[in-house]
Amino acid sequence: MLSYIAKRLAIAVPTLLLLIIISFLLMHAAPGGPFTQERALPPQVLANLEAKYGLDQPLWRQMANYVWGIVAHFDFGPSFIYKDRTVNEIIAQGFPVTLTYGSLSFALAVLVGVSLGVAAAIRHNTWLDYLAVGVSIGAQVLPNFVMAPILVLVFTLWLRWLPGGGWEGGEWQYIIMPVVALSTSFMASIARITRSSMLEVLNSNHIRTARAKGLPERKVILRHALKPAMLPVISYLGPAFVTMITGSVVVDIYFSTGGIGKAFVDSALNRDYAVMMGVTILVGALTILFNLVVDILYAWIDPKIRY
Amino acid sequence: MVVDTIKMKSLSDRLAAEEVKGRSLWADARHRFLRNKAAVVGLVILFLIGLFAIFGNYVAAWSNEELDFSVMGQVADLGGPSLSNGHYFGTDDLGRDLFARTVQGTRISLMVGIVGSLIAVVVGTLYGATAGYVGGRVDNIMMRTVDILMSIPYMFVLILLLVMFGRSIAMLFIGIGLISWLDMSRIVRGQTLSLKHKEFIEAAQATGVPSFTIIWRHIVPNLLGVVAVYATLLVPLMILTESFISFLGLGVQEPLTSWGALISEGAGTINYGTLWQLAFPLFFFIITLFAFFFVGDGLRDALDPKDR
Repeated sequence: MLSYIAKRLAIAVPTLLLLIIISFLLMHAAPGGPFTQERALPPQVLANLEAKYGLDQPLWRQMANYVWGIVAHFDFGPSFIYKDRTVNEIIAQGFPVTLTYGSLSFALAVLVGVSLGVAAAIRHNTWLDYLAVGVSIGAQVLPNFVMAPILVLVFTLWLRWLPGGGWEGGEWQYIIMPVVALSTSFMASIARITRSSMLEVLNSNHIRTARAKGLPERKVILRHALKPAMLPVISYLGPAFVTMITGSVVVDIYFSTGGIGKAFVDSALNRDYAVMMGVTILVGALTILFNLVVDILYAWIDPKIRY
Repeated sequence: MVVDTIKMKSLSDRLAAEEVKGRSLWADARHRFLRNKAAVVGLVILFLIGLFAIFGNYVAAWSNEELDFSVMGQVADLGGPSLSNGHYFGTDDLGRDLFARTVQGTRISLMVGIVGSLIAVVVGTLYGATAGYVGGRVDNIMMRTVDILMSIPYMFVLILLLVMFGRSIAMLFIGIGLISWLDMSRIVRGQTLSLKHKEFIEAAQATGVPSFTIIWRHIVPNLLGVVAVYATLLVPLMILTESFISFLGLGVQEPLTSWGALISEGAGTINYGTLWQLAFPLFFFIITLFAFFFVGDGLRDALDPKDR
């Protein structure tokens, strides 16, 4: 197991470095520097600015400094637009918010999705199955940017139950809509995947054996069917996590929750490259870490994988 | 998201299996597809949407750029859907005809979906088939590269690209094209691996056909089933991606528009009582995605009739 983890880590580290290098090179390939304005700055001012941000040094030197700053001090450098703030501060402000509603959405999607899928598979071809399939097909075409306005329309404008946006330090009524908007389409996908894999497992030989020896149905499902049926779900969680983090951008903007998605889009519109790269790299690192966890979990559950 | 790995796997197994029956796989599949009501309805809807995109402008009374000054400023009262003033779907908050803009948006969104999917088909098929056929270290390096690229949060990189190199449709295509082929190449590689040791490939090798010709003439045609199903399912994913970016205001720029941009505008104005601005683009968006999913699922079930 340890060597398996080590092998996965050996891939994860270069991936992350590659991501940092690619985004760094992209930033430098972009036409116009961070201080390009409509009215050109006097050359002396520009030179001083570039010296302050280290932009006058050769490219490899800048890149080495940047990578070293991240690896050694976890320092993404100063923001190019907000002169008094560092990228770290901007991220530290938004990250807890994103983490809160993100992990809640993830938990909700997995819990509801798996239960719905299992229930549908057990009651195959009954009204419950049709309902679950119908709901999950319907929800699949409701991505976060469609769910968000619909939720606001119903619960804020018509029913007046929930506030239409804001965060207020994470009061529950501000969390509900972001979480639901973010998790709906994943819930649907997870329910579909769970259902089809559960059906496949329930038709397999070892389940027939378990039933033949007279185990109660509940035990057959919980002890023997659930674990193998979870494998495709687990391998779906990696990509789902990436898409969910991406979706946080929409949530942050539509509900004004102030997470890192907001920081990202603001910096994108301001051309604040340092913040954009900082967020991209952070998200990339999270993704790689999460995929690592998923792989390990998969290897742990699936007896067919040898490590 | 929509691509169910188990079903894709079973589809490739089935398509790689030896054929014994007299009727061709495709004739069988067509027959089964036509019996699947949801898929046929989906196909009809897609056909109608296509007609809407192509001929919608001949029906529209206004162009997508004209401002209707008679409703401007009182859109909530006068800009609603009506046949008498030619705004079949109403107007947006600037007084532009929503019907014409929906036609425009449908064109862009469909184009993005289809072009993105085509890039995936071409690049993904060639890449996956090469990796699978050549095998060994080349395969290892090629697939590790795909693994690495897949773990990059592509939406962020795509936004990065759009901001740095300017927002244009060409850039959007490049960005979407860069990421769309990854899954396809994996699926195609798996399929190629199971085709590689078939007798007809061996025969081709024995007669000295060069590798590239084998891939092009013998492997690729046999991948068609998997590729067709996956490409159909990829179109709605590409539309979703584009809509997401346009929703953020980073995609297609005015006066061009897309479903995502229209939904975003509609979502921004729900407070003012102009619900039609959200409803019409959303309707087209949702039924098209549904139709593509049903056609894709139908195609998959038709080519792989295992009962689930």
